[in-house]
Amino acid sequence: MQLDHRIPSGPLTEKWDRFRFETKLINPANKRKFEIIVVGAGLAGASASATLGELGYNVKTFCIQDSPRRGHSIAAQGGINAAKNCQNDGDSIWRLFYDTIKGGDFRAREANVYRLAQISNQIIDQCVAQGVPFAREYGGLLANRSFGGAQVSRTFYARGQTGQQLLLGAYSAMMRQVKTGKVTLHPRSEMMDLVVINGQARGIVTRNLITGAIDSHAADAVVLATGGYGNAYYLSTNAMASNVTATWRAYKRGAAFANPCFVQIHPTCIPVHGTYQSKLTLMSESLRNDGRVWVPTRSGDKRPPTEIPEAERDYYLEKKYPSFGNLVPRDVASRNAKEQCDQGKGVGDTGLAVYLDFADAINRLGEAAIRQKYGNLFDMYEKITGQDPVKEPMTIYPAVHYTMGGLWVDYHLMSTVPGLFVLGEANFSDHGANRLGASALMQGLADGYFVLPATISSHFAKSALVPITTSHPAFTEAIDTTKGRIQRLLSINGKRTPDDFHRELGLLLWDHCGMARNEAGLKLALDRLSELREKFWHNLKVTGSGADLNQTLERAGRVADFIEFAEVMILDALSRQESCGCHFREESQTAEHEAKRIDDTYSHVSAWQYQGEDQTPTLHKEPLVFENIQLSQRSYK
Amino acid sequence: MNIIHLTLKIWRQTGPESKGSFKTYESGPITTAMSFLEMLDVLNERLILSGEEPVAFDHDCREGICGMCGSVINGTPHGPEKKTTLCQLHMRHFKDGDTLVIEPFRSRAFKLVKDLIVDRSPFDAIIAEGGYVSVNTGGTPDANAIPIPTFTAEQALDAAECIGCGACVAACPNGSAMLFVGAKISHLALLPQGQPERSKRALAMVKKMDELGFGNCGNEKYCEKACPKGISISNIARLNREFMKAAFCSVEE
Repeated sequence: MQLDHRIPSGPLTEKWDRFRFETKLINPANKRKFEIIVVGAGLAGASASATLGELGYNVKTFCIQDSPRRGHSIAAQGGINAAKNCQNDGDSIWRLFYDTIKGGDFRAREANVYRLAQISNQIIDQCVAQGVPFAREYGGLLANRSFGGAQVSRTFYARGQTGQQLLLGAYSAMMRQVKTGKVTLHPRSEMMDLVVINGQARGIVTRNLITGAIDSHAADAVVLATGGYGNAYYLSTNAMASNVTATWRAYKRGAAFANPCFVQIHPTCIPVHGTYQSKLTLMSESLRNDGRVWVPTRSGDKRPPTEIPEAERDYYLEKKYPSFGNLVPRDVASRNAKEQCDQGKGVGDTGLAVYLDFADAINRLGEAAIRQKYGNLFDMYEKITGQDPVKEPMTIYPAVHYTMGGLWVDYHLMSTVPGLFVLGEANFSDHGANRLGASALMQGLADGYFVLPATISSHFAKSALVPITTSHPAFTEAIDTTKGRIQRLLSINGKRTPDDFHRELGLLLWDHCGMARNEAGLKLALDRLSELREKFWHNLKVTGSGADLNQTLERAGRVADFIEFAEVMILDALSRQESCGCHFREESQTAEHEAKRIDDTYSHVSAWQYQGEDQTPTLHKEPLVFENIQLSQRSYK
Repeated sequence: MNIIHLTLKIWRQTGPESKGSFKTYESGPITTAMSFLEMLDVLNERLILSGEEPVAFDHDCREGICGMCGSVINGTPHGPEKKTTLCQLHMRHFKDGDTLVIEPFRSRAFKLVKDLIVDRSPFDAIIAEGGYVSVNTGGTPDANAIPIPTFTAEQALDAAECIGCGACVAACPNGSAMLFVGAKISHLALLPQGQPERSKRALAMVKKMDELGFGNCGNEKYCEKACPKGISISNIARLNREFMKAAFCSVEE
């Protein structure tokens, strides 16, 4: 397998312009001759569908929810970054580029990240023009806040629901194209397989989640914008239906999966309360701007927080990282919280939590000012826990949040299967080994509004695509495979539910492939994983049939894919014997127990290629070349 | 953490054409820290193991923002807590021994799909008529070119917070979608970006809303009370104003 990144030549700052100039265009009148399938209707999928429709392509958009306004981008709270330098605090495209590369611990491509920073400003303009009600200063100009890991204020926001407002903007732009007939919606449809003909992605097989019908759809290109795989861990901040199925099936049809072990564990989530917990809720890390993280200095101190005097509180982030304090990047904050809890200083019923305290900020700025900033987050916290963060500190604990890994894509966002494009969280491209706060929304929209619409035309201009219909044997084969798989899930008739297996998988990954990993644990996890897979296919219980709405069957299919996928994730974690970004390999630490990156050996993208059922996938490496920045060991002290 | 036991009377219906009925289940032990949907998860796990089809219900983000979940609990959409989606309703708000009647969001315009799941795609159809600003990607002015007063932006956001869950329709005796439509109309009518299409939007969205079988507003405020995001009924007043103005004064069709 060749991993050709297809990065344009020339100086970094000119690559994107050069690409757009040198790329072949499709005549406006000819665009309507191309059919494009977009799977997923979150920020990336909706923005891509809208823009491709505006350009004149025929777009079919699929999502598993009942409406394309519900993709999990909607839950992003904090904001979206852009290099507008509105605050005159020294920001620039170059700084956003540098911060993103550095935040990703130098495991992303310079060219992709620079392009992302360049496009960031246009995204804000676009969203405002759509009527996204961003927060404003009294003079009427856009407000900004600073966000985890950044020393400038470059984050644009709409209270604590920026993701919602941006998604509704993209959704509305897409609905406008639905009205014109350029976009056709297929809600409650799940992609079950990718159809590859003559080496090109030419269609998909879907299951209608209401009728159970297995349908096929042909196109000239397929775009996956199906989000991340964080739900492999069962408990995560992802939505319940978020899954790896679409990208996993594409992997099995030849798309390489890159850096699957890069999973971001978010430091500020509401702690777990019990066995039947179905998901974890994130509290935006913008809270760390005014909240101070602490634990009791003495381990096992079970006094309520208000009774612990100042002298007996350990503000461990401020102490350890004086220049960044509570605003250290997510991986550092998460690992430190785990470390404190491992030392027995954890608080709350389970001992798996630390405090996030607003008392100082309230004294300094007043309760009203703090409520105005974080009101809806405080309400959300109180709703879930029954406690008011104004009266007592919040309790927080890390949770799986975002997956930097994803299908490998080149500069054009095309995977190793020609004609298969991958956007947003579903690809691996821009965040390296760790994503900075407020960068996910930026990437999803950059990919959908600006990058894909430019790169897909070059694909169409270059490829001689023969007309294809769903009567092609490749569609029949994919349909049969899908039906066979569903039948197999329904016929086991064992004694355990899909959720039960999912929980077991989640615990296994959290324990051995979570915040800190080591060789012994990962190898153990591999063994236990194959046992789990065996048990799943022998003892699964799915009620009902495949011929109507069957949520148990949907879940079973997704869990089966998570179990298969987990193996590649663990293999990837095993092969990367360095600590970088969110991936902390215990064998690779500095004398001060900080993460030690090993650039000589691991400055590459790991891309895994499927080799067949029960075969170990092949690892391909795309070297990362840094011509414009100096690699440095991250230090937030 | 407390444990409670509940009696659940849940609407079961295999499909749109079949006849539905209430079926009674004992919840078994439920911890009060669970969310309402987690309580249903527990019931469903038990049903699957006993070979009975679990209760179908819509849900996704489980943090109150996607708008996918929602059922009527003892006559109230999303249950008894104010400004709360069903996924954010926690069992600490119920007492041991309570009986809960759980039904789908019923309305003429929302067809029942299965058990507690209804078809809310008419909302998307209304948005497609004009719930947007017609700007293509690219070529937009600088985001700061038009200053927007803080108050205006906040007011627009108050309306734009709507999650499209449909509780307003289920709560309304007339099955009206005017809170939903009013929220979108207000969001865009308040902002400078929404001005060029203001009249056209109001006329087209209201027309579609009527076509799809949603009823008229009776000013009873059931919708406002049921809304998990606290969308104010004043948005319906603004919708009426926008519609009247467009109908009487606009030169557009």
